[in-house]
Amino acid sequence: MKAIKVKKPSGKIKINKDRCKGCYLCIVNCPNGRIKIAEDLNVKGVKPAIFSPGNCTGCAMCAVICPECIIEVYR
Amino acid sequence: MKKNRIKVIPAKKGETNRVFARPATLRDIDNHYCAGCGHGIIHRLICEVIDELGIREKVIAIAPVGCAVIAYDYWDFDVTEAPHGRTPAVATGIKRTRPNNIVFTYQGDGDLAAIGTAETIHAANRGENITIIFVNNGVYGMTGGQMAPTTLAGQKTATTIYGRSLRREGYPIRMLEILAPLPGARYLERVSVHSAHETLRAKRAIMKAFKTQVDGKGFSMVEVLSMCPTYWGMSAIKAAERIRSDVATFYPLGVVKTY
Repeated sequence: MKAIKVKKPSGKIKINKDRCKGCYLCIVNCPNGRIKIAEDLNVKGVKPAIFSPGNCTGCAMCAVICPECIIEVYR
Repeated sequence: MKKNRIKVIPAKKGETNRVFARPATLRDIDNHYCAGCGHGIIHRLICEVIDELGIREKVIAIAPVGCAVIAYDYWDFDVTEAPHGRTPAVATGIKRTRPNNIVFTYQGDGDLAAIGTAETIHAANRGENITIIFVNNGVYGMTGGQMAPTTLAGQKTATTIYGRSLRREGYPIRMLEILAPLPGARYLERVSVHSAHETLRAKRAIMKAFKTQVDGKGFSMVEVLSMCPTYWGMSAIKAAERIRSDVATFYPLGVVKTY
């Protein structure tokens, strides 16, 4: 019996960090904890949410909850 | 032994497919809402539904007075403005003169549940074939966080600084349960946008409300519980948690009336 090859999680998101207002709802809604708070400020003067690559599956939960609609999800 | 039916697609290097992006009818500009406000999410849900139903050229929206007063800046379809609370009356006029257009109103709780109660109830009672998106965040956000009829008991606002007292200000109002006995109201549902899971459910409810109108079934209204972190005096994450723990217990989520 052949082992089932499971595709590696290959999701990716892009956050437009200069338009992030820093509500961090994406961080609490990410099931894998792939979004973090940046160290430095953006043009609005808040610390934006940034993507940290890893086991992102591209489930788009962050994009669904983002009130600014600045997250694009690739799978 | 049965053949394995799972089809595994080999991941090519650098191959990525975009699965989520901004809907075409939502303009690519910054909105003026506070961080963590639910209005941005609900704006996007409406745009996604309109794009998926393919009714962009037929839609006429009516913006309220409230935080969403300049919603026409963000939506790339026809939007008009109405005096405070008179949004269902304006929608009635537009729908009766242009019955082929899809008319929906977008209202807050101060607009719909306080000054526009009469218009809302009579539009539902007449069974007007319109859709109302009712955003309930429990305060008057635009004017500085005063008490709204939907403010929960004990909630501190600018005009109830010791918390809303039931003896002085009365009980919060549940609009959907008021409209439910009216025979003209066909589809009423309460949803929330405090988590991604509930947001997906909210999109399905808005989709069904628009389909109710497209099919000519009659009056449909979706109440969306939304967070107002600024005037609730908490962070966006805590505001979303408050909807789950406090607000959604007083305003139970789910279908109130359907056909």
